Amino acid sequence: MTHWIVAPVMLPAILAPFIVLAARYHIGIQRVVSLAGVVGLIAITAGLAWQASDGSIALYQLGDWAAPFGIVLVGDRLSTMMVLLTAVLGFFVLLYAVSSGWDRKGRHFHALYQFQLMGIMGAFLTGDLFNLFVFFEVLLIASYGLMIHAGGNERLRAGVQYVLYNLLGSTLFLFALGSIYAEAGTLNMADLAQRVTLIGPEATVGIRVAAVLLLLVFAIKAAVVPLHFWLPSSYAEAPAPVAALFAIMTKVGAYAIIRVYTMVFPPELEATAGLHTLWLLPAALASLAIGMIGVLAARTLDRLVAFSVIGSMGMVMISIALFTPDGIAAALYYIVHSTLAAAALFLIVDLVRSGRGGSLRLTAMPPMTGAALTAALFFVAAIAMTGLPPLSGFVGKLLILDAAFTSPLVVWTWATILGASLVSIVGFARAGSIVFWKAQSITPPEDATAPPAAPAALSYVAVGGLVALLAAHTVFAGPMTGYTAAISDQLFSPEPYISTVMDTPGKLSPPQEAN
Amino acid sequence: MEILVASAIGILTAAGLYLVMRLRTFPVILGISLLTYAVNVFLFASGRLTIGSPGILRSGVDVYADPLPQALVLTAIVISFGMTAVVVMIALGAYLGSDDDHVDDPTEGPEAQPETEERT
Repeated sequence: MTHWIVAPVMLPAILAPFIVLAARYHIGIQRVVSLAGVVGLIAITAGLAWQASDGSIALYQLGDWAAPFGIVLVGDRLSTMMVLLTAVLGFFVLLYAVSSGWDRKGRHFHALYQFQLMGIMGAFLTGDLFNLFVFFEVLLIASYGLMIHAGGNERLRAGVQYVLYNLLGSTLFLFALGSIYAEAGTLNMADLAQRVTLIGPEATVGIRVAAVLLLLVFAIKAAVVPLHFWLPSSYAEAPAPVAALFAIMTKVGAYAIIRVYTMVFPPELEATAGLHTLWLLPAALASLAIGMIGVLAARTLDRLVAFSVIGSMGMVMISIALFTPDGIAAALYYIVHSTLAAAALFLIVDLVRSGRGGSLRLTAMPPMTGAALTAALFFVAAIAMTGLPPLSGFVGKLLILDAAFTSPLVVWTWATILGASLVSIVGFARAGSIVFWKAQSITPPEDATAPPAAPAALSYVAVGGLVALLAAHTVFAGPMTGYTAAISDQLFSPEPYISTVMDTPGKLSPPQEAN
Repeated sequence: MEILVASAIGILTAAGLYLVMRLRTFPVILGISLLTYAVNVFLFASGRLTIGSPGILRSGVDVYADPLPQALVLTAIVISFGMTAVVVMIALGAYLGSDDDHVDDPTEGPEAQPETEERT
């Protein structure tokens, strides 16, 4: 048993207190430590992903306690891909936060950032539902601090909404966990997967309630309509690098749905048959439609991007809701694409904000500083987000359309996806032409103050890095779809996962063997 | 005892949900506190209700109290306690800054404010 798999959780957990305690008043040291930590995370998670890529499952028993009694971390293809994605995203977003000076506008940005990464990494790696709750809380409490970073009334008000909504979500999560424990007597995912099959058809009421409650909790995290109300305000008001990092947080919800509803409550399980398979697809279609209509209706650029995140989560959830190997594989390809595209867009919105002197309203204003490069990046990211060829959004959309072909709701799915794509293209085109093109026809007023300074070159490197990753995600679409198909195969044959978790001996041998 | 515990959870949850829907920070925070109490009792009950039974394996005992929900409740209490403290601080900051303790968005919309700044 190697200890590498716990390193993505431990490294930020050590760096964050170090930053608070030792480098409190030295922003330079904080930046160096924080960036070095994220680079280290990329190296570690890339190693883990390479290890898991041959289909082996890495298991780590905390304190060496055996599985149903102790907490386990499990690294299979899916979780290692998600932690690698988190580390890469964390690096570029942190680079932007440092270069744009966001990290100086309030205190403890870097410490909270590391705690946030720790929570996300833990949520992806854990093999225990209660531990998943704890890591959710770790990432949430760090996100509360990051959300109101740099202060301001609007941000604090949006922060109150965000915190209260998530507190309600956490309460619901505990209710779900309580009912699962009452029914099955375990919260270890692998153990649970074995035990729910033993529940007879006459006693399924409790486990059905628990499965739906748990789905609701994850749907809140993934911002699926009608549980999406927390997202637009909080993402629009959050500091730009924080909003960009939050792009992975909705995916934590999607990941949890994929994990739990392929392994613990698979669609063919008799006890929970016809529950999530029935409701998730219509809700996902509604998310896509409402998100993209929001894109068209938004009056500020930051809200427009926030609604496009809801729409892209709708795409992800449509593909997940099919619960077929093809659907999950397409969803995973789209998750990577949507995380990178949403993060890039939030950072570009911040470039626009600083170029226009603080306003993000969709009205024509005098030309902004650094318009050419910002506009180019915006159009590339918008093409990716709306799913136009040639970027990865188009590939992902094709995969999802193809996977939906066998679904009974195929007509609705195709109509919604294609219609929503058109609406979002109109929305983004309108926003882009108002912000970048109409500006040319407006002369700056006579008493205009000096235009704001152009963003630092390093900011463009950070955004350009994310856009380059999107391009790479498109160019290497073949290997990527091959890999997501391999992930999905592993998810739909969970026996190796379960036997690895349950049969690995630990410190505590069962009582009958001890005697 | 089951009826007593179940109705206590139900009343706490109902009162908590009602307070959450008042949409002003103080009642909402009180409501969330009530909800967390309800969920704590619920977690206790998830290990089955027993009285006076040991939590550790002993010879000659048939009925045990499940020790795991107690550990879960402890974690849940600590987390909800910390979260409530955080939300009280953020809500205080929002209230003192904007002199308004509504949780929902203001009716004129936050984007109306830059416009008035431009006019003046």
